[in-house]
Amino acid sequence: MDYKKKTVILAGIALALTLLYILFDLKGNIGYILPRRIIKVLAIVLTGGAIAFATTVFMTITNNRILTPSVLGLDSLYMLIQTFIIFVFGSNSIVMMNSSINYLMSILIMILFSLVLYRFLFKGEKNNIYFLLLIGMILGTFFNSFTSFMEVLIDPNEFMVAQDRGFASINNVHKDLVYLSIGIIILALLYFWRFYKYLDVLALGKDDAVNLGVSYDYVVKRLLIIVAVLTAVATALVGPITFLGLLVVNITYEFLKTYRHFYIILASVFIGIIALVGGQFIVENIFTFQTTISVIINFIGGVYFIYLLLKENRSW
Amino acid sequence: MVEVKNLLKTYNHKTVVDDVTLKIEKGTMTSFIGPNGAGKSTLISIITRLIAKDSGDIQIDGKDVLKTDSNELAKKISVLKQSNSINLKLTVRELVSFGRFPYSKGKLTKEDEKQIDEALEYMELTDMENKFLDELSGGQRQRAHIAMVIAQDTEYIFLDEPLNNLDMRHSTQIMKILRRLVDELGKTILIVIHDINFASCYSDNIVALKDGKIVKQGRACDVIDACVLKELYDMDIEIQQVGDKRICVYY
Ligand SMILES: Nc1ncnc2c1ncn2[C@@H]1O[C@H](COP(=O)(O)OP(=O)(O)O)[C@@H](O)[C@H]1O
Ligand SMILES: [Mg+2]
Repeated sequence: MDYKKKTVILAGIALALTLLYILFDLKGNIGYILPRRIIKVLAIVLTGGAIAFATTVFMTITNNRILTPSVLGLDSLYMLIQTFIIFVFGSNSIVMMNSSINYLMSILIMILFSLVLYRFLFKGEKNNIYFLLLIGMILGTFFNSFTSFMEVLIDPNEFMVAQDRGFASINNVHKDLVYLSIGIIILALLYFWRFYKYLDVLALGKDDAVNLGVSYDYVVKRLLIIVAVLTAVATALVGPITFLGLLVVNITYEFLKTYRHFYIILASVFIGIIALVGGQFIVENIFTFQTTISVIINFIGGVYFIYLLLKENRSW
Repeated sequence: MVEVKNLLKTYNHKTVVDDVTLKIEKGTMTSFIGPNGAGKSTLISIITRLIAKDSGDIQIDGKDVLKTDSNELAKKISVLKQSNSINLKLTVRELVSFGRFPYSKGKLTKEDEKQIDEALEYMELTDMENKFLDELSGGQRQRAHIAMVIAQDTEYIFLDEPLNNLDMRHSTQIMKILRRLVDELGKTILIVIHDINFASCYSDNIVALKDGKIVKQGRACDVIDACVLKELYDMDIEIQQVGDKRICVYY
């Protein structure tokens, strides 16, 4: 079976799971439940797709399979923003309660942060993508420490709210935010279209890309902005969830066995959707909301990586 | 013509390329020789814009390399680095196809396919074109990389130790192919090479580098000289005339 067929099959599974999620056990007030389920599944699909997309592009730019966009410090920044709001305004404040304000503010700060970081790092001639990662990690750690610091100071009840924000949750996403996210993602994709052809070449590494005529800094900087926007949208929508990307992209490469990004990106988006929609389905219908999607994904991810380790081990 | 003027590159106070000035004529093959750490790779990488210079001036056909559009430049110069590690699941043919990227941006035309076929044939890779790179021997992989550079079909070709990992037959074969590219297609080739006998027998000109400086540059027969080589490598090398070739004996 070649990678094209596999991609089509993944698309089929993603669609089937989405429909299953929407239609499963649909009874009672359908006019009320159905639109809510559709909005929710849209949010899940957007998140899974955006994270898979961003992680694929990020891993290609950095030529690795281990680092995800979380090293750019966006998850940590998100947590810092949330904790800071609770710290200053309290968990009952309008900023915390009104999800639109919170969403817009989080996205804006995360994107601004990325732009400033990139501008700062790409200014000199000696820019280096690994330096960017290093700075991202250091800032991420700093944000984490600062978050912990504020958490220690606030009221224990507020602390619970802050902690809760650390887990991705898809249970009360507002429909306006979903529409807004769709808009932002479409814009990002339109912008991405001009750079898509470079990904295969970038995967060869910087020197080969330059040799083949890619304006490396120009292209990489813009791709990084797209990565930041997609990550920010997904994070603001449901919470820190970039760990999903690590799992999804590795499975995609393992499964597709091709380097063609057209298919890699599509397949990883489908796998992202399958993982999240499937995970959420399990959370709702098997665990009846007793656990969160983060836990499920982490569990599956952990098992998968142990499998990878064992498999690699055998081939030595 | 490749013109390099007063090129300088320093790493942590160590000058790696020290005031190098060069002129390479079109349609010639020039070998760069010198001991490890002489700065050959750095020089080649700077000329081909893979590494930033500290100061100096590089012009190819009268145009500043850094001011030329990168894609246009990729149709004019191609470079094969000293070490190539690609960790993608690629077949030989797919790798060679990448050489056509400056022209087709990934959508291969008939013309592209023809060039790819030719490059594969040149490197005797046609029968393994569908093998994955990680299934090949080091030498076969090296030949695949050279084929990619040939498919790029540029006027100027820079090769950093392309004979790495190659057996005698393939080394000779590649030098002959490079010679044909120069003589028949008028390409200009700049090559870093360790075997000074290959440099002596196949190249028109030789540039001898040591500690980032040019020790001597000129016609191959002038640089292959006991005094120059002694200064370069700190060892006595006897030079014998075999037919019309100058052969160095250094064992
Ligand atoms: N990125 C780097 N950082 C620091 N020193 C370097 C770097 N690259 C090369 N060098 C140094 O520059 C010198 C020349 O290296 P190189 O150009 O690779 O030599 P050659 O190809 O002639 O063997 C060496 O002494 C090497 O240690
Ligand atoms: Mg070298």
